[in-house]
Amino acid sequence: MSEGFKLEIINPEKSFLLKDSVLEVVVPAFEGDMGILKDHISIISFLKPGLVKVFTSNSNEETYYVEDGIIEFKNNCLSILTSNIFDTKKIDKNILKDSLTKAEQDSKDPEISDQKKYLIDQKIDVLKSLTLN
Amino acid sequence: MASLDDLKKRISSVKSTQKITKAMKMVAASKLRRAQESAEKGRPYSEKMNNIILNLSNNVSDKENSPKLLVGSGEDKIHLCIVMTSDRGLCGGFNTNIIKKAKSYFQKILNEGKTLKIITVGSKGYDQLKRTYKDNIIEKISFKESKYINFFDADKVGKIIIGRFEKKEFDVCTIFYNQFKNVITQIPQEQQIIPLKTSKSDKNSSEDNYDFEPEEDEILSNLLPKNISTQIFKAMLENSASEQGSRMSAMDNATRNAGEMVDKLTIQYNRSRQAAITKELIEIISGAESL
Repeated sequence: MSEGFKLEIINPEKSFLLKDSVLEVVVPAFEGDMGILKDHISIISFLKPGLVKVFTSNSNEETYYVEDGIIEFKNNCLSILTSNIFDTKKIDKNILKDSLTKAEQDSKDPEISDQKKYLIDQKIDVLKSLTLN
Repeated sequence: MASLDDLKKRISSVKSTQKITKAMKMVAASKLRRAQESAEKGRPYSEKMNNIILNLSNNVSDKENSPKLLVGSGEDKIHLCIVMTSDRGLCGGFNTNIIKKAKSYFQKILNEGKTLKIITVGSKGYDQLKRTYKDNIIEKISFKESKYINFFDADKVGKIIIGRFEKKEFDVCTIFYNQFKNVITQIPQEQQIIPLKTSKSDKNSSEDNYDFEPEEDEILSNLLPKNISTQIFKAMLENSASEQGSRMSAMDNATRNAGEMVDKLTIQYNRSRQAAITKELIEIISGAESL
C-alpha cells in the first residue's frame, strides 16, 4: 500500500489538477486550516479564500490560491471543487492587485453580513501576503 | 421554360451558396471540437457537485428547516422556465427542438392553471417565443458579446434566478437545453433545479457517514446557489457543443443538397441548349427542303 491518497482539483472549465498519490494536503477550510492525511474520516467542508498546500513528497510542496470552493474526502480520494484557482508561482501580480482593491472596496460596504465580512477579510489578508512576496 | 441565361445565373448562384455552406460547415467543425472538449471537461465538476449535494441532502435530518432552494417554497403555483438557445441561426433543428420541448411543458403548466414565467437565454429562443408567450417572458439574457462560454456568465444567470427566488417570484424552476450526445444527435432536456430533484436513487449514499464542518445546513445554504450556477454552466456548455454539432450536420446537408441542385440544373441547361441547337437545325433543313 502506498502512503498517499488521490487528489483531484476541479474547476468548472476543466480538471485543474489530478494526482494519484499525495502525502498531505492543507486546505483553508471555513473554520480554519485543515491538514488532510491518508485515511482521514469522510468529510465535506467548504473553503474560504486562502492557500491550498499540496505535499507530494516530504520535500516537495506546491501552493495554490483559491477564492472559494468545497472539498469532499471519501475513500482516500480528496476532491476540491473551486471556481477560482491559481498556481501561486505562475499567478499574475496584477490580477492579485485588482482583486485586492476590489475586496477592499467590498469590505467597506456597511450592509454585508458577518459571514461575508469574514470571508472578505480573509481574502484581503491572503492577497496582501501574496502581493508582498 | 427558363431561358439559357436564367439557368446559367441560377447555377452560379447555387454554387456560391454551396461555397458559403461549405465554409460554415468547416467553421462549425473546428468550433465543435473545442466546444465538445470543454463540455466534456466541465462534466466532472457538475457531477461531483451533484454527488456532494446528494450526500448532504441525505444527511440533513431536519427537512423542514433546510434551505428553501433544496426543498422549495412549499407551493407549486408559479413556474419559472429558463429556455436556453443559441444566439445565431442556421443550425438545423437545434433551437426548434428546445422550443418544441419547452412549449409542450408550457402548455402542461398552463392547463393545470398555474402561472408561467419565462426567462430566455440566447436571442433565438426569444425570437421564437415572443409571438405566443410575449406576456410570460420576464427577462431575456444574451451573451452575444462573450466569445467563449465562461463560468462568470453562468454565475450571472444563476444570481438572477436566486435573486428572483428570494423575492418569492416563483416556486419551481426548470431549465431547458440540448444535451450533446454526438454530432448527429442532441437530446432536448428539461431539468428542474429549484427545488432540487434528487433523481438518483439513494442506494449507496445512505451508508456514507460524513463529517461536516461547519454544520450541514450551513454548507448546504452556501452550496446550493453555487450548484445552480454550475447547472446553468453545464447547460451552456452542452448547448454550445450541441449548437455547433447541429450546425455542422445542417450545413453538411445543405452543401450536399446544393451539389445535387447544381447537377440537376446543369443537365437542364445542357438539354435546353441542345434543344435550341436542334430547333435551329430543323429550321434550316426544312427551309432548304422547301426550296
